[in-house]
Amino acid sequence: MKILLSWLNDYGDFGDPTDPEAVQRVTDALTSLGLEVESTEVVGLSVAGVVTARVVRLEQHPDAAKVQRVYVDAGDGNEEHVWCGAFNLKPDDVVPLATLGTTMPDGRTIERRGILGIDSEGMLCSASELGLGDDHSGIYILPAEVSLGVPYGEALGLRPDVLIDADVSRNRPDCWGYVGIARDLAAKMDVAFRPPTPTIEITGDAKTAPVDIVDGDRCARFTSTVISGIEVKPSADWMARRLAAAGMRPISNVVDVSNYVMLELNQPNHAYDLDTLGGGGFRVRLAEEGEQLTTLDGELRTFTHDDLFICDGNDVPIGVGGVMGGLDTEISDSTNVVALEMAWFDPVGIGQTVTRTNLRSEASARFERGVDPYGMPTAIARFAELLSETCPGVVVHAGDVDSRTDDLPPEERSVDVRIRAVNRVLGTDLSVDILPGLLDPIGYTVSGDGETRSVVLPTWRLDSTEEIDVVEEVARHFGYERLGRTVPKSIVHGGLSVRQQRRRLVRDVLLGLGISEAMPNPFLAPDTLDKAGLPTAAISITNPLVSEESVLRTSLRPGLLEAVSYNESHRRPGVRLFEIGHVYPPGEGELPNEFEALTIVLAGSEAPEAVSVWREIASALGAGARLDQSRVPLGLHATRSATLQAGRDPLGAVGEVDPAVLDLFDVEERVAILELDLDQIIDREPKPAQWKLTSRQPSSDLDLAFVLSEDVPAEKLEKAIRQGAGKLLVDVAMFDIYRGDRVADGSRSLAYRIRLQANDRSLTDQDVADVRRGVETAAAKLGAELRS
Amino acid sequence: MLTDITAARDAALAEIETADTLESLSTLTTRLSGKKGDLARLKTKLGSLETVDEKKAAGQAINEAMTAVSAALDGRRSLLASQAMAEQIEAERLDLTEFVGKPARGHAHLVTQAWERLEDVFIGLGFQVAEGPEVETDWHNFEALNMSEGHPARGEFDTLFVDHVPPDGRVGTTLLRTHTSPVQIRTMLESEPPIYIVAPGRVFRRDTPDATHMPVFHQIEGLVVDRNITMADLAGTIEAFTKAFFGPGFTSRLRPSYFPFTEPSAEFDIQRPNGDWIELGGCGMVHPNVLRAGGLDPEEWSGFAFGFGIDRMAKERHGVEDIREMYTNDIRFLEQF
Repeated sequence: MKILLSWLNDYGDFGDPTDPEAVQRVTDALTSLGLEVESTEVVGLSVAGVVTARVVRLEQHPDAAKVQRVYVDAGDGNEEHVWCGAFNLKPDDVVPLATLGTTMPDGRTIERRGILGIDSEGMLCSASELGLGDDHSGIYILPAEVSLGVPYGEALGLRPDVLIDADVSRNRPDCWGYVGIARDLAAKMDVAFRPPTPTIEITGDAKTAPVDIVDGDRCARFTSTVISGIEVKPSADWMARRLAAAGMRPISNVVDVSNYVMLELNQPNHAYDLDTLGGGGFRVRLAEEGEQLTTLDGELRTFTHDDLFICDGNDVPIGVGGVMGGLDTEISDSTNVVALEMAWFDPVGIGQTVTRTNLRSEASARFERGVDPYGMPTAIARFAELLSETCPGVVVHAGDVDSRTDDLPPEERSVDVRIRAVNRVLGTDLSVDILPGLLDPIGYTVSGDGETRSVVLPTWRLDSTEEIDVVEEVARHFGYERLGRTVPKSIVHGGLSVRQQRRRLVRDVLLGLGISEAMPNPFLAPDTLDKAGLPTAAISITNPLVSEESVLRTSLRPGLLEAVSYNESHRRPGVRLFEIGHVYPPGEGELPNEFEALTIVLAGSEAPEAVSVWREIASALGAGARLDQSRVPLGLHATRSATLQAGRDPLGAVGEVDPAVLDLFDVEERVAILELDLDQIIDREPKPAQWKLTSRQPSSDLDLAFVLSEDVPAEKLEKAIRQGAGKLLVDVAMFDIYRGDRVADGSRSLAYRIRLQANDRSLTDQDVADVRRGVETAAAKLGAELRS
Repeated sequence: MLTDITAARDAALAEIETADTLESLSTLTTRLSGKKGDLARLKTKLGSLETVDEKKAAGQAINEAMTAVSAALDGRRSLLASQAMAEQIEAERLDLTEFVGKPARGHAHLVTQAWERLEDVFIGLGFQVAEGPEVETDWHNFEALNMSEGHPARGEFDTLFVDHVPPDGRVGTTLLRTHTSPVQIRTMLESEPPIYIVAPGRVFRRDTPDATHMPVFHQIEGLVVDRNITMADLAGTIEAFTKAFFGPGFTSRLRPSYFPFTEPSAEFDIQRPNGDWIELGGCGMVHPNVLRAGGLDPEEWSGFAFGFGIDRMAKERHGVEDIREMYTNDIRFLEQF
């Protein structure tokens, strides 16, 4: 909401716009009320050096078609010559003349710059050049009666002013009008509040524009007042200037008064030419499905049965209720009788129409938030009063209609407010006697005595319905800054859950392994899962911003492959990335089967590198799983991947990405990959590792190489070695793999170093021989032969 | 004899003095100290001397000579050893600024770094960390937070809806959470007060990406529900957080605002030591309707909540001008932090 301080001062002495300290007090008070001041702008300053001048004569130079020569008199009787690019002038017009040496608001300095060798003694100015509005179509024509040779600001009665842009929150419908803001501010600053108090003098005979409300849940009150004696003409300067400052183009006295009343009293309204109003009355009903109307902005729009129409007495739509009038209902220059509509529309319905049609207006913004359902009489009177300034013959007719339905919020609403509840929420120790002083000035009328008071809620604050709403008003007007600062005495011990600690542990392990964390977009394009060789069943966003980001990921893999591809294309091959993030496969429950996943991609690495990352994680997290290469995970390399199997449940996948998939993602390197269902790993903490005695006895190493068929996983051989070696085994580690001529086709040689040690004695040759025999026997069961 | 001893000693000492490697010294040691050494041989000839005095004098002279030779050997050995060590050390000289390869540590995402810093500060203030699903029900995201169907504030959230159909068949009631506040409701329903939690997490809005907005971003939310929690507790907690996270020179203020799920509601600003105010987030006293939705009696329990963006913390801490940069997954970006 843009607030012109001089205008606001109509309703209370808030502060002189030319006194920066006073302006600061006003903006501070607004912010402390929750009307956050976003900016303040000094307006209405005159440009020094620009004076009034009368056009004496105009002359066209034969060699200059786009400019003309203007001779002006700046009050001293001399003719000054200026070149001018605008052609909206005629002799005797009074115009602003920027004299030589004037510095314009845009920084230009006016110089004696000639055209065709003929000097210009200054420049005539448009409104926009003087900062008086957006109009730059021609020279600004000043009122004819002003004196000449004086600063134009003085001639216009311009005074420096301040335009305050304050953010009005959704619970403050009243602050969409000057009077609402002034009421709150007057209470805060402790100055007298002077709202307008017009009275209607009904001087005309009965003239009625009847009202038929069909859909009363959407329009609960509709008043129609006939006003005659109107002459359509420009508004008075002061009004035009205020409206312009508010960002509204002054149009004519009737339209301007309508807007002014809306800005002042937060009561949107519409004046219809009664002579052209079909049937001479109104009908308020829902639009038919597909019914069309050309709105004031010139667009032909199609409506639904959820949108409300204002129709004329013949049921022809003339406006979208509470949102925008129809194009054909504008006041014309010949209008002299109007039917004035002031209505109250259901805020939810307005909001839905606005969302659906994307049609917004100053009126809809107000109705959507909820205007005062009982503000019409004042607003109607104010309309007539302001109009009478330009139309002294205005007549308000008897026979006005005030049609209400049962859906109109009640006029009298009150709640009980307990001072105990106030203090309990705010942490204060206020006496109940403080309530009237804080609340009455803002229209919350306190009555009764005792610790609980009855508070009548103002009709312009429909957001207020409960005790807590009043507590907030007390807090605002008492001042948030006066509330104390304490820290609750918690018996809760702060900390991370097991799951959160273990998530951090996983991340630390990965970072330590030189793998960096990526955060790809969780939204995929519709074909991405298919491209990645993954199942395509997924949840979609029904209202995506772009269709390339409309599918919820079921795997972290595609996002990371895109990251690898991106980095490759920026000359950074070999990236090692991981992501810990949610994936959202479809499900039958209340919500999808969302879970937290971990994927690691190692560009330029082969599968064993991913297995070694898995081993680090397994070791750090106390997790375990079997590598089942007979079950190739979807989208992974058929001969270089395994499902990680923990008991009967798959825990994840390890290996390399299918080269065909890499092609589709434009990745040129091999990509080793590890994927884990993080939930399974981090949810539970394994039992703490139990201490084993570190033997002080000498150890012996036994190096054995076995020839093993390619069909048997090495994992099984290692398991057999462990079993066969028995109690003396301390450790077994593979140290060599050989494939080639010296072993049979279809098999390879795997060499292990087996370390043996007893806790209580040195080992004998016999011990070592026994272990060797045991290992040989166990390995033989897998078809593994000791290589000599 | 004595002349022979002296001559042998001097010859030995001269030889020792010329030994210039540990190896030659070692050979020399074997020869001089062995039975075939000149002094050892002279010793065997002691018996041939005639008088006891002569024997005594010559024996003493040999012993002294052998001691001198032995000392000279030790001294020479020590000298050569230290020279050899010095040569080895010199030969092993490295320029430690010669560096082949690249740093090997991984880099946590900026958002994670900010996220964990925030968590740690709140843990220090006595909070636990709560989490919840990112795909949410309409009820948890809006209804329970005092935004019933048709509530105008719903429109401000630019919600993304998904095509999941819950068992009740109500289409269009599943969405990507627009804030972390549903975690408040889940926490209240799943645990008994006292509740002191922060809920960091990913949230979603139908916002076109620009330098300061992403459709997917992160928030952290705090909720305290206990007996006799007041707005002064809220202001004090915000202040304690401000000082702990930003530094002792920072301070905070609350000013009135509006959120459907809190009342009274406030924005909280922090003030830099240089006096500038920065808007940080929203907060307020948990609305009685929200407590009720969480299964709690607002006459018995009260609470406060607050929330703000994590991405912005990371962005401003590191001077990232465009938030979109944080989500390119460009290793050249990730490696900077």
